[in-house]
Amino acid sequence: MSADLSQTDLGFTDPDPKRWSASWSRSQAILIPIVSVLLALAVGGILIWLQGVNPFTAYKVLFSSALGTEAGLLRVMQKSTPLILTGLAVVVGLRAGLFNIGAQGQLVVGALGAAVAGYLLPLPPVLHAIVAIAIGMACGALWASIAGVLRAYRSVSEVITTIMLNAIALSLVDYLASKPLKEEGQPLSRTPEILDSARLPTFGVIPIGFFIALAVAVFFGWFLMRTTSGFRFNTVGLNPNAARYAGIGVRGTIVLAMAVSGALAGMGGSIESLGIVGRFEPAFNAGLGFDGITIALLARANPIATIPAAILVGTLRAGANALQFDTGIQPEVVDVILALTLLFVAAPIVSRMIFRSRTKQRALTSGWGA
Amino acid sequence: MKRWWPWALTGILAVACVIYYFIDATKTVSVLQFSLRYAIPLILAAMVGIICERSGVINIGIEGQMLMSAFAGFFGAALTGSLLAGALIGVGTGMIMGAMLAVGSVTWKMDQIIAGTVLNILATGLTSFFYAQGQMLPANMPTFEIPLLSSIPLVGPVIFVNGPFALAALVIVIVLQVMLFRSIWGLRTRSVGEKPSAADTSGISVQRMRFLNVTFAGALAGLAGAYLSLEAAGTFERGFTAGRGFTALAIMIFGAWNPIGALGAAVFFGLATGLASQLQADEVIAIPQQFVNMLPYVLTIVLLAIVSGRVKPPASVGKPYEKD
Repeated sequence: MSADLSQTDLGFTDPDPKRWSASWSRSQAILIPIVSVLLALAVGGILIWLQGVNPFTAYKVLFSSALGTEAGLLRVMQKSTPLILTGLAVVVGLRAGLFNIGAQGQLVVGALGAAVAGYLLPLPPVLHAIVAIAIGMACGALWASIAGVLRAYRSVSEVITTIMLNAIALSLVDYLASKPLKEEGQPLSRTPEILDSARLPTFGVIPIGFFIALAVAVFFGWFLMRTTSGFRFNTVGLNPNAARYAGIGVRGTIVLAMAVSGALAGMGGSIESLGIVGRFEPAFNAGLGFDGITIALLARANPIATIPAAILVGTLRAGANALQFDTGIQPEVVDVILALTLLFVAAPIVSRMIFRSRTKQRALTSGWGA
Repeated sequence: MKRWWPWALTGILAVACVIYYFIDATKTVSVLQFSLRYAIPLILAAMVGIICERSGVINIGIEGQMLMSAFAGFFGAALTGSLLAGALIGVGTGMIMGAMLAVGSVTWKMDQIIAGTVLNILATGLTSFFYAQGQMLPANMPTFEIPLLSSIPLVGPVIFVNGPFALAALVIVIVLQVMLFRSIWGLRTRSVGEKPSAADTSGISVQRMRFLNVTFAGALAGLAGAYLSLEAAGTFERGFTAGRGFTALAIMIFGAWNPIGALGAAVFFGLATGLASQLQADEVIAIPQQFVNMLPYVLTIVLLAIVSGRVKPPASVGKPYEKD
């Protein structure tokens, strides 16, 4: 039975077995995101053209600055690392029927936790970094668990609580970084620099955080598809009543799924603090959590597929500054392109208009409680 | 009385206001004015939620609908040089955003929460891309004084001296309360939200009813957004709505999906934030600004935790209607 479920594609459409073969639905699962991205780039191109810039030049600048140079590639990897993890955070939630919009808050809390552990604890190298990441993950997990517990025991929609927790987290870390944990004698509100023992090393030139994120994505691919716990997550997400009947503790699973989701986002924040920023600064980390939603839906809730999806988003983000520098186009055009990508993959626009498939839509989240 | 505590709470707060009015009239009025101004967009946005959910559609995209409308209303007014044009553009934008949600969640039967989230992210992206600095409104929104009523002490200056949006919002709550429970439209709306199959059998087009309600509710979200940028703040910034669309959903739940109930909940929210700001400004309590900023969000979570499970959402909310 678990082998059966491992084949389940948590896509947005249930292919009608009478009309489409399995291979067609699988190729559709790859084609729809690709077509969606191309369509979004086309609409983005129109926006760029309206601003009086040749869209082909603009995209050439964007992609060549991100992918054409060693420094650019490095930046893509740096940008993709937290995105893979927040994407995974949303995927894990979706698998268990939870829509975690709070990856942003969990990431920020984790980033602060890891940064504080990074300068306070006197530990030997390697161990220090591991402990700091673990603390960051625990912070993210605890933060997300508030929403998990409220969902499991009080049927409060996690969509609202996680959004509220985002806002609370931002105020909270802003306070902590500007008052009790502030670096002395600094006009900026930021925490002291982490110790060298907590700094994440690079593998050659490549930051090691990128490999950690890849490994975690592969691990979750295996965990969700092949283990009993992963099976529990999927069952609770697909049909909580059936899960209860089968003897799965639905409440516990919901809290656990939310905690795992928060831990992943917190890990993304930890790697930012320990590998890139070297401390916690509230101004960094903006928007990473919301990109996680786009990535998860682009990856159709498949853990492995979050890797290419996150690298794509990371590439756009990495190239956005060069775009502004060379052509004067605002970097926010990337926000529009990503939002349109989300619109095209999540709404059955592409599948209906282009592939002419009238497949039944499927519920991914589970609405208000219950 | 089935639910006595909302009335008890309202009574206590009202008595407290009157007592304070005799101690310090100007300060009481200014706190209450602040509270109402804080509550107006929440009230309007909660009405959006009520109309949508009573017809069986979850609208998590109110935030995005408001953000788009606040943006379009502000820049519409700044570019045309007319506040009225700005207001109309804002409301129209809200309706377009409402129609987008309707197409996604009613026509295409998408997962409704995903459909709303797409709207939110789309609104954030578009408004931050097209945002331009240095625009100004042609004029301030005028304030109206309702004759006679505005001379009542305490109540007059707080409620009956206000901008057009605020006054409209209060009227809309009452109209909606009556319409929802005393009109054919209300009966049909509630029936497609509670038991769409029964409504369908009796000849009501479930899809049509839901589509129109979600679209026109978008116009109210437009009003809420236009209120924020044109009347309350007179400006627009990126991320301007600051989660109010989500707080409004909590207010809708707290008000048990009733317009008057939501009005009470929104005013309670307004009072809590108004009091906290005043106490901080008077240095009665020395809490950092960030904690004052957190208050509405913390309050949302706490109230949801208390109320959830005790009030019942419309039975078919969130479920696309499939004809058997």
